[in-house]
Amino acid sequence: MFKLWVTILKDIRILWRDKVGISLMFVMPIILVVVVTSIQTSTFQLVNKNKLPLLIANQDAGKIGAQLIANINKIGMFKVLPVSGVQGEKSMSDAMQQKDAMLGVIIPSDFSSKVSAKSKNIAGKAMTSFGLEGDTTKKAGDLDPLTVYYNPVLQESLRLSVAGGIRSALQMVQSSETLKSLYFSINEKPLPEALENEMLNDETAINEIPVSKDGTRSTPNATQHNVPAWTIFAMFFVIMSLGGSVVREKVSGSFIRLKTLPTSYVIGIFSKQITYLGVTMLQAAVIFSMGIWLFPHIGLSALNLPSDWLALFIVTLICGWCAVSYAICVGVFADTQEQANGFGAVSIVILACIGGLMVPSFAMQGFFKSAANISPMHWCLQAYYTLFLEGGKLKDVVNNIIPLFIITIVLQLVTFLVLKRKNLI
Amino acid sequence: MELTASLAIDVQNIGFHYPGNSDMSFSKLDLKIEQGERFGLFGPNGAGKTTLISLMTGLLTADDGHIKLFGNEVGMPNNKVNKLFGFVPQDFSFYQELSPVENLEFFGAWSGLDKRTICNRTNELLNILGLEEVRDKQVQKFSGGMKRRVNLAIGVIHKPKILFLDEPTVGVDVQTRHAIINYLLELNRDGTTLVYTSHQLSEAEGLCEQIALMDDGKIIAHGSIDKLLKEHKQDSLEHLFLNLTGKDYRNDV
Repeated sequence: MFKLWVTILKDIRILWRDKVGISLMFVMPIILVVVVTSIQTSTFQLVNKNKLPLLIANQDAGKIGAQLIANINKIGMFKVLPVSGVQGEKSMSDAMQQKDAMLGVIIPSDFSSKVSAKSKNIAGKAMTSFGLEGDTTKKAGDLDPLTVYYNPVLQESLRLSVAGGIRSALQMVQSSETLKSLYFSINEKPLPEALENEMLNDETAINEIPVSKDGTRSTPNATQHNVPAWTIFAMFFVIMSLGGSVVREKVSGSFIRLKTLPTSYVIGIFSKQITYLGVTMLQAAVIFSMGIWLFPHIGLSALNLPSDWLALFIVTLICGWCAVSYAICVGVFADTQEQANGFGAVSIVILACIGGLMVPSFAMQGFFKSAANISPMHWCLQAYYTLFLEGGKLKDVVNNIIPLFIITIVLQLVTFLVLKRKNLI
Repeated sequence: MELTASLAIDVQNIGFHYPGNSDMSFSKLDLKIEQGERFGLFGPNGAGKTTLISLMTGLLTADDGHIKLFGNEVGMPNNKVNKLFGFVPQDFSFYQELSPVENLEFFGAWSGLDKRTICNRTNELLNILGLEEVRDKQVQKFSGGMKRRVNLAIGVIHKPKILFLDEPTVGVDVQTRHAIINYLLELNRDGTTLVYTSHQLSEAEGLCEQIALMDDGKIIAHGSIDKLLKEHKQDSLEHLFLNLTGKDYRNDV
């Protein structure tokens, strides 16, 4: 026990004096968590609170073009900026650059007349189908498409949601016109405004309710998503210090002396596991504390810790142990520090990608969906999400802890076999 | 640990070769070193000195034959024989980020000492080797000579019966060399068997009683310095060395 204690002290002292290593393990992940959460919060706000600037060049002299603009405004997603003198793609592109807008729409000059003609035609057909006399003599030409210009940096998901919004505004205008024509054909007087509003605007509301295992209804936000995810990444980031430390010890003169002493190097490996497990727990504590106390002061949502603290502790402990086991395993395989650091850094980014830290696992297809299962980060993330987002308890994360535990044991076993094969223990 | 033999080191008929390297190999090599002897192992680069010391300390395992320290086989899984010897490698074999006290605490524990013994031995060694003033400073800031003294202190913290020294004074000033040699002589007076390799032959003449000259994995001469000088009609160890191993360059790849 004394040997182990002295070895842990030695590892802590060396770690404490390695300022670069400490920065890599604490400062970098903290910066990462703050930056990613801030960016994602901005993205959420861009979609949900901030409005996307949308240039509209209305060349239509009629009322329907103006009605369309009013409906686009009602969606609440856009900040409509009317522009004049824009004729085609080139002038719209110039205007978008000038006004720093990502989107632009040109309403063609005959928009009102064509929508109106089409509505009357549809109303006539409807009258005929009701068995009434309807005017179907007026031929309606095809409506010219409404062109939406967009900056290529706009992500596809956002672009699709923009197109959906504009389509719904267009649909409203066309439906309103058709309704008015139909009403006029039947009653030979205009549709009363109150009735029009009731028919077109009194939509069924949509309630959004997050479902959770404990019945609480806290709305998830960028903090709840990102803090647990990037805490896992930070824990695995210990590879940059620990993997290098194992290699440094192996190739240094001190290792030659260690091999001549009456103590097995297993104690050295065990000490590193305990020391760095402490580091990963500290990382998690620091990052969670930041989420709770610092985030509200920098305009981010505060982190809400799960109610089951024991489950949170166990998941963090096993996640940290897995990260430490992985780092030691890479360290014993590598012959140089460059190998350990290079492979370590790239491999944890790959594990993070396939583990769902960067792209959600549910959005993955085929092979990558299955590959996620071999990434320990996937199981850590699922366990954290169950606790942080779904309000789960210990029993709900057992299915995530077991695979994580198995991966950790496999890593320990591989480490032991490599040490044996290299005659280091 | 039971000391069952008067011989400190008994190398019996060992064979060894590095996998994939036919240049360095031992075949049926024998060497006996008496308890309390000051023994020097010399030879040109690539002669096999470091390999032989690595075999005697269990860093390498012989293909066949036996190596015994006080009658106890080297390389047994229980590591008990490792308590009998200390090793001072040519490279600095400690943690540069730690202070002398911290290094001695760690290596003392791994040598099987308890806390109190480590504390006493640390104070004693730092005092003897002139490191008292820098006991709590990080070793990486030390001069080469100071690092050599730390290297030596760690090797002897557990008062080993046998001390293997691989070039213990390389790159140090005259004062440090003098201090190290004096301390080694003191250790020997207290009963420690010294096994020493160096290219500093004049230094070796003052330190060693018995020597072995190695070349090409073989021991080509073995005995007391006086006896060997007489036998080969040479007036110094350096002349004896050149006479027996030649003047050609040795490239140890």
